[in-house]
Amino acid sequence: MASSPGGTETRSMRLNIGPSHPAMHGVIRLVTELEGEKVLRVEAEIGYLHRAFEKKCEDSTWSQAIPYTDRLNYVSPLINNFGYCAAVEKLMGIEVPERAGYIRVLMSEISRITDHLTCIGATAMELGAMTAFLYLMKAREYLYDIVERVTGARLTVSYGRIGGVKADLPEGLAEDLPGTLDAVAREIGEVDRLLTRNRIFVDRMRDVGALSRQDALGYSITGPVGRASGIDYDVRRDFPYFVYDRVDFEVPLGERGDTYDRYLVRMEEMRQSMRIIRQCLDRLPGGPVRAGEKEKVVESFELVDRAKRGRTAGLVGIECTLPPTLGGAERAVYDRVMAREKRTALPVKADTYANIEGLMNHFMLVMDGHGVRPPAGDAYFAVEGANGELGFFVVSDGTDRPCRVRVRPPCFFAMAGLHKMLEGGLVADIVATFGSINMIAGELDR
Amino acid sequence: MKPHSGDRPGPVASGVERVVAWAQQYSLFVYPFVTACCGMEYMSTASGHYDMDRFGAGLPRFSPRQADVLLVVGTISHKIAPVLRRVYDQMCEPKWVVAFGVCTCTGGFYDNYATVQGIDTIVPVDVYIPGCPPRPEAVLEGIMKLQTKIGRQRPVLLR
Repeated sequence: MASSPGGTETRSMRLNIGPSHPAMHGVIRLVTELEGEKVLRVEAEIGYLHRAFEKKCEDSTWSQAIPYTDRLNYVSPLINNFGYCAAVEKLMGIEVPERAGYIRVLMSEISRITDHLTCIGATAMELGAMTAFLYLMKAREYLYDIVERVTGARLTVSYGRIGGVKADLPEGLAEDLPGTLDAVAREIGEVDRLLTRNRIFVDRMRDVGALSRQDALGYSITGPVGRASGIDYDVRRDFPYFVYDRVDFEVPLGERGDTYDRYLVRMEEMRQSMRIIRQCLDRLPGGPVRAGEKEKVVESFELVDRAKRGRTAGLVGIECTLPPTLGGAERAVYDRVMAREKRTALPVKADTYANIEGLMNHFMLVMDGHGVRPPAGDAYFAVEGANGELGFFVVSDGTDRPCRVRVRPPCFFAMAGLHKMLEGGLVADIVATFGSINMIAGELDR
Repeated sequence: MKPHSGDRPGPVASGVERVVAWAQQYSLFVYPFVTACCGMEYMSTASGHYDMDRFGAGLPRFSPRQADVLLVVGTISHKIAPVLRRVYDQMCEPKWVVAFGVCTCTGGFYDNYATVQGIDTIVPVDVYIPGCPPRPEAVLEGIMKLQTKIGRQRPVLLR
């Protein structure tokens, strides 16, 4: 409470923004203290989307935890999948095949683009630029089509497996992907022309919600928000995983750390991601997917029938028909995307159907109380998520269920430092700043 | 739970009532209560590619008082549940609720201490769209089902 010279009493006002607010993508509550339009104090209350990720992981087997990782950062689920799988692989000492590494990088970068598209689109929409949102959603739809072709799902993909990926790339993808990337680049270019030098947009973004390098370091903020503040850190470059050390890309940096810099960093990262995808396509070991030799393929029910009657002669190394959901896991390509590890990799379906070793191996991996059993110990593995360093700390006590799966969610740290960006600004700028952080409630609250 | 008045049974609708029901059917003002992953599919459905606007439900209203369909998109935890109920209570009649995604239908695979096991424990639901998340095609079918339902209901008229 303060008195102005005229004798009128002024008081600050407390305003509650969220948890259900049009400009809050995701559920979070900001308790703000305002003096007129000026923000004096901000407190973020989180936990509205707590879904007991850790508890559910402890309840499920090591492989069953993968679908829960999809729903951490649901804008880029593939990166989460691979991050968790890589942590378990590190714990078990498994090397993934080179081709699986390339596929992981390729799919991660597609996910990163969809994430940035959504973030920029939503921010622009909240500032009133609905057109940009629709253009970017169009571009995202092109990428979802690719994701669907590869994984079978648009969003919650569960494509990663401990030891590799679920299936090889589908036929014809290598030919179609460059065209899709061109279409996405065209949309991004259009939005670039609409927004980057747009006076209204720049006025709303420039010097708004600035975060100093010191503060960003202090709150251990990584990813586009950290890089916009000038922290030259990218897990992909500094601690290369999968095959990131074999592709060329640049890590864009901002100078002022404001909302506009975050926008520019994200725009540039999408271009770099496309560069990485093109390199991966060129260097994919094993080349594009070949169609299996058709004459050797046996119907799967016939194979099971023959095996049950003991007529197993000539069934070794045979190929069988697979339902569409298992496409890309044929014998000819399976070894290229899964580590040859009986401890984690399900055998080729034809082996499960036709011979006892395959059947036993299959059951040992799917039966309750058996399954994937990493040795007792712990491992931390970090990947560069779309929002920053996404780390998985997995602890095993030697059983088939994780003892603990702890996530280092990148937005959690950005939310901790949120008040540094908002305090002293205007209440209308909360929308722009908050949008540019790309808070994802799924990974924030877990 | 008390059914809301949109559900009230009655004799065959009069001509005026039929016209009102028809009008309500094709001018849905949706309040998207977006919490989680399904929001991504909601965005896809609302954008140009799948274009929910074709069904007269294109304009989201972020104020409960301006909306007549509450689209509950994403997992509802026990912490957000009172907020959902409050938003529902603030909406004017006639109002309908769509449960978007399996978390809102039954709790989905989040069968744990934090998640509400189906929003029909909090608010009455008219249409359930299962899927984790549902594909945009499924969402559009759910919207069409809701329209059919609205068309069959006897609207509340001021007398």
